[in-house]
Amino acid sequence: MFVINCPYCGERDQSEFSCGGEAHIVRPKQPTELSDDEWAEYLFMRKNIKGVQFERWNHAHGCRKWFNMVRDTSNDKIHAVYKMGEKPPVI
Amino acid sequence: MTKYRINKTRFVDQTKTVSFTFDGKKYHGFEGDTLASALLSNGIHLIGRSFKYHRPRGIMSCGSEEPNAICQINDNTDLTEPNVRATEIELYEGLKASSQNCWPSLNFDIGGINNLISPFIPAGFYYKTFMWPKSFWKKIYEPLIRMSAGLGKSPTQPDPEIYDHKHEHCDVLVIGGGISGIISAKIAAKNNLKTILIEDKNILGGSTIYQNNKNFVIDGQKSNEWLMNEISELQKLDNLTIKTRTSLAAFHSYNYLLAKENISDHLPLDKKNGSIRQRLWKIRADKVIVGAGAIERPLIFNNNDRPGIILAHSVKKYLDFYGVSSGLNNIIFTNNDSAYETAVSLFEKGISVKIVDIRKKSSSNIVKNAEDLGIKIYWNSTVVNTFGYKKIKSIEIMNLSEDGSNVTGNKHKIQCDCLSISGGWTPMVHMHTQSGGKLDFREIDQVFVPTEKSENHINVGSCNGDFELEEIVKNTNYKVKKFLNINEGGFDKISVLCSKESEKKNIWLLPNTISESKTKSFIDFQNDSTAKDIKLALREGFKSIEHVKRYTTTGMATDQGKLSNMHALGIIADTAGVKMGTLGTTTFRPPFTPLTFGAIVGRNVGKFFDIVRKTSIHEWHVQNNAKFENVGQWKRPWYYPINNENLHEAVQRESKAARDSAGILDASTLGKIDIQGSDASEFLNRVYTNAWSKLGIGKCRYGLMLNEDGMVYDDGVTTRLGENHYLMTTTTGGAANVLSKLEDYLQTEWPELDVYLTSVTDHYSTASICGPNSKKILNKLFPNKDFSDEAFPHMSYQDAIIDKIECRIMRISFTGELSYEINVESKYGKSLWENCIAAGEEYKITPYGTETMHLLRAEKGFIIVGQDTDGTMTPIDLQMDWIVSKKKYDFIGKRSLYRSDTMREDRKQLVGLLTDDPNEILEEGAQIVSELDKKPVEMIGHVTSSYFSPNLNKSIALAVVKGGKKMNGQKLFVPMENKNINVTVSDFIFFDKENKRINA
Repeated sequence: MFVINCPYCGERDQSEFSCGGEAHIVRPKQPTELSDDEWAEYLFMRKNIKGVQFERWNHAHGCRKWFNMVRDTSNDKIHAVYKMGEKPPVI
Repeated sequence: MTKYRINKTRFVDQTKTVSFTFDGKKYHGFEGDTLASALLSNGIHLIGRSFKYHRPRGIMSCGSEEPNAICQINDNTDLTEPNVRATEIELYEGLKASSQNCWPSLNFDIGGINNLISPFIPAGFYYKTFMWPKSFWKKIYEPLIRMSAGLGKSPTQPDPEIYDHKHEHCDVLVIGGGISGIISAKIAAKNNLKTILIEDKNILGGSTIYQNNKNFVIDGQKSNEWLMNEISELQKLDNLTIKTRTSLAAFHSYNYLLAKENISDHLPLDKKNGSIRQRLWKIRADKVIVGAGAIERPLIFNNNDRPGIILAHSVKKYLDFYGVSSGLNNIIFTNNDSAYETAVSLFEKGISVKIVDIRKKSSSNIVKNAEDLGIKIYWNSTVVNTFGYKKIKSIEIMNLSEDGSNVTGNKHKIQCDCLSISGGWTPMVHMHTQSGGKLDFREIDQVFVPTEKSENHINVGSCNGDFELEEIVKNTNYKVKKFLNINEGGFDKISVLCSKESEKKNIWLLPNTISESKTKSFIDFQNDSTAKDIKLALREGFKSIEHVKRYTTTGMATDQGKLSNMHALGIIADTAGVKMGTLGTTTFRPPFTPLTFGAIVGRNVGKFFDIVRKTSIHEWHVQNNAKFENVGQWKRPWYYPINNENLHEAVQRESKAARDSAGILDASTLGKIDIQGSDASEFLNRVYTNAWSKLGIGKCRYGLMLNEDGMVYDDGVTTRLGENHYLMTTTTGGAANVLSKLEDYLQTEWPELDVYLTSVTDHYSTASICGPNSKKILNKLFPNKDFSDEAFPHMSYQDAIIDKIECRIMRISFTGELSYEINVESKYGKSLWENCIAAGEEYKITPYGTETMHLLRAEKGFIIVGQDTDGTMTPIDLQMDWIVSKKKYDFIGKRSLYRSDTMREDRKQLVGLLTDDPNEILEEGAQIVSELDKKPVEMIGHVTSSYFSPNLNKSIALAVVKGGKKMNGQKLFVPMENKNINVTVSDFIFFDKENKRINA
């Protein structure tokens, strides 16, 4: 169980958080203009990397804020934590 | 004293006698004994029968690695526990232990026949034999296997003991209270670090605490005396917590560790006084120092499993710690120097001892010590056989050939009553690998040792591959200082003298004159796998260690192969001709030693197993005989039987009453989300399929929420309380998820919206009154309020006061009847409810539960999300096109409704079903087919809701059927186990199609 440094609350146990999957997938502004394939790309396609992955996390049993996290899925090392809307760091 | 208790030690109090029973017979030991040492002091070696061949087995070790001496404790009581290691049970007055896996008795065991037929039951026997004939499986093979499977007996009663969980944080956690752990803990604690030291035994000191040989000296004292002083120093340190009887179960990432503390297992039953039995510590440590030690290896030779064959170092512990000699005529069989300490110790107490060593010589101090004492040593020799059925009587030895691959010369028989064996030491790298650490193979010692990579934990002492006393002390001091960034360790000028091993030799499978197919050279003692089995697996094509392990079951018993895994690897490497280091190891998974289920669940049992949510009206429901249904964590009244009514009878009565006069439902569990902000209307526009901007203040509207994939997610009525203020209701089960989803969109996709969400589910209680007389009841409750359709129309809301309590009244309906929902702050819920019941008395107001609610709404064809939908239904599939706005540019899920798949006309769609026999009630979940003769039968849908409607006096059902929209009037079939039910597709609104009753 890893420790996550919530950008709003500080270090807390992983059990307080829930993972929301891949980060930086922006909901299309004009969905109706998209083809079925383009919409499906947004809707269903997610990366599942062994290694450094950009993820969304929610401090569900805490401040309930969503934020982004860079985590190495092979060893759970957390490289960075940053707020929604902030630029992803270069890892 | 018995003749085997030959020594007085400071660890066993021989003035305090403790009596216990083993297999019903009474024995005596002393305070400080384990069950194993007490049995050995009574001359008992035979403890149980082996798993597969039912061979007699005895005590082999003195710790958690024990494969053979496992017992049933307190048999035939609710405290009974199987597979407990005799080597770990601290003796207490009245302890009842019994042997396992034998019938009718330990001394005469019918299963012993397996030993005779063993040539016919090799590895993989089960896989190969029980394949055919197929019909034999259920009636013959399975019962047979089940009967012989397992070791001890599972308890049949609920566990009466109390278990506990506790969180702990520290700067430094030291695992293991041996010499390296003690040095580490002292350095850490003396440098102002909050330190915890855990040790699984009841006494600190590891194996050094009884190392009393003159060849091992620290600062001028024998190593055991030096360590004893260190321990008393340690106990004076303020910021050090020492937890004995505490074993590490798991070492997870980020230094999160689980440790099990035994609190009352060592106490007599009558002295426990309701104490907690075990506590699971959940420890988060900044730094972890692992000093888990090493486990002595056995040697693999023919018949190496007889009672009386014990690991050499365990023999020393029984002698110098417990004061018990395992035998009076000892032979020590070794490949290394450490066993010589045992020999010298035995000899010094006047006990006969001889040594068989596979090496040609060794010139270390301890060997010289043994030679000087005149102990007979057979160099360059190996044991080729042992004799004695229930206890070892003699051995046969032979000389080894030059390269050690064969035996030469004549057999030489030696009498003995105990054979101590030592195949060297295996570092306990379990903790290191559990935390994600990697291993290197060190050729010279034939061991896997930790590769140091982690910044947050280190390994010290013999678990790190430091075997010599000097290495252990000096390396631990150096490493801990560096790890904790400390300049002065307090052990910098220490002087250590010790015997050093110069000659090393290891043979994983010792040679014999007969081929190994005719020997029983046990590797895994608990699962009875032999060298022959491993070689068979290799011949049959298994190459990976993970496969060989599973095929032969080596290392898969309750001891998890602590003694066997290395030998299995070694034999595979030798047989396959590869380097052992390249094979890798099997995965070390937690827990390190078995954990009780009790320790895992802690206090989360019984009513604490899961959270229970009750409405403020709950007590009234209980008093009025409600049967409850779990909806999520909520307890909701299911139905209220009168006298001996069953579910069906109660529901028929409640449903009729609700439509004929008045019914009342506790609707407090519905999710409620308070939505405020200048963009609240726009927000609702985006999350619901229908339009919200034009909803007037004081009006209510039903909304349907989709997932982005277009599937129905939740529904409920939302009320506009003010210009920028809404109250959303959700399904009972969906409340938490809906709030999360809304928060997610607000924070991540639409942060520009000025909207605030607050869950108020628990803040309000809701009484929902429906039926033609509901308006009259409301009039009685609120005499000053105008409930006329003009003043208070359907789908609107008004504030009101009852007994000075502020209420929100919504005129909304889930039953199709004229209906009002009264909301008050939760603390007034019960009083409101009782007021409603009193006011409704003259109209025979009938409380109804969820079952009646479901029936009433089904009559009206209203869906329940999660019952009539399953995450694959779009609003179009549900024939709810009317609620999907065509004008709105976007809302969650809109684009998905125009995907080619969601637009297919043959999707499953919501329909009504009427049975040809109006009294036949369909089963929910039953499959629907259109053609009975077609094979294979094509299932075109299933029943989602089904009831007998007392208001229509016939059976009705909702179903989803492929292309159902166009099937109105079509005959279909619902095949059941012993009949086919004929049904007709109908409109799904069965009752009051014109919706007149809402304004009745």
